[in-house]
Amino acid sequence: MQITVNINGRNYTEDVAPDLVLLDFLRAHGCYSVKRGCETSNCGLCTVHLDGKPVLSCSVLAVRADGKSVTTLEGLQKEAEEFGGFLADEGGEQCGFCSPGFIMNVLAMVKELENPTEQEIQEYLAGNLCRCTGYQSQLRAIKKYLAWKQEGSK
Amino acid sequence: MFTAQQYVKAASLEEAYALNQKKSSAVLGGGCWMKMGKRRIGALIDLSGLGLDTIEETGESFVLGAMVTLRQLETDARLKEAFGSGFADMTRHIVGVQFRNCATLGGSLYSRFGFSDVLTWLLALDCDVELAGAGVMPLAQYAAMPYDRDILARVIVRKTGRKAVYESFRNTETDIPVLTCAASSLEGNLRLVIGGRPMRALAVEGLSLSNPMETIIEKAQSLPFGSNMRASAEYRRHLAGVLAKRAVNRLREVE
Repeated sequence: MQITVNINGRNYTEDVAPDLVLLDFLRAHGCYSVKRGCETSNCGLCTVHLDGKPVLSCSVLAVRADGKSVTTLEGLQKEAEEFGGFLADEGGEQCGFCSPGFIMNVLAMVKELENPTEQEIQEYLAGNLCRCTGYQSQLRAIKKYLAWKQEGSK
Repeated sequence: MFTAQQYVKAASLEEAYALNQKKSSAVLGGGCWMKMGKRRIGALIDLSGLGLDTIEETGESFVLGAMVTLRQLETDARLKEAFGSGFADMTRHIVGVQFRNCATLGGSLYSRFGFSDVLTWLLALDCDVELAGAGVMPLAQYAAMPYDRDILARVIVRKTGRKAVYESFRNTETDIPVLTCAASSLEGNLRLVIGGRPMRALAVEGLSLSNPMETIIEKAQSLPFGSNMRASAEYRRHLAGVLAKRAVNRLREVE
């Protein structure tokens, strides 16, 4: 079936198989930040924004993205760099494999929630698994990032 | 991962229903569960063009389309206003936000998973389901039916003034629940629904909110329970008493 998907601001029109998942479509178009971590719709590594909402690109079929906009980490370089700095400062990044999906969900959370509490942050990010650095360093990075953003907006 | 020969974005429910009568066809929900199987599907039927992704409020009820996501149920302000935190409580522990932005009400309910938070919660309310072929029937009847080739189009939640609360227990955050429990009351009558036993959720009727807690716990524990990798039947029976007590205590507070 022919689909047109906007990836990070650019339109791509092509024929895709009905069972192709969005993750593979995105990687085929150079978005190598999108990772496949678990194969069981669980780990959050494949998180991208579909029309602004965070979704698991391993579970969404490419045909379902027809006529929609997809944003991957490649399309949010400035925000990724800003938050990535806080993540590195807190030791929240080691192998880095889960970082793109994690950062995509953090950025979605920042857009969706206003002044989230610690519990709200943990709940929003519960679907992003990390197997090396631990979640406390990530949580510290998020809190400092949120505080920095608030400072900046004053 | 499943394979599919053909993708059909249905133009009407009738078309979807007709196509789905073939055994090789399958209806696509959010895809989160289906992708974990290895089915070889002929026609993959997509309902996403039928306007079934909305929550509509009428005078007597809420009409939930089958393509409404779990996240929509979780965050809808009108559902919160009418039913308290129950819709959020039953969805918030399901994997993660990204998953809940994909998984649909129709996919969850059609599957009638034994571990289903959604089925447990909705059985505690006053719900009907609307099917493309069989028409409207009570959710409890649908919940007990074997799988067939009909298509779930909408869920109708009637506004009866019933109060309800939701509890679940998981071995670890974001996992499938070991046990689910919803309690609701209308005019003093108590309904307890227990799921994750690990069989499909069942309702216990014939209780009153003013019954002694021992009676309520005994009733909750009288349902059949089974063992699997997550917990033994004995542990689940114990949990049923604990969650029933918590739920009823909360319900007594909101009543």
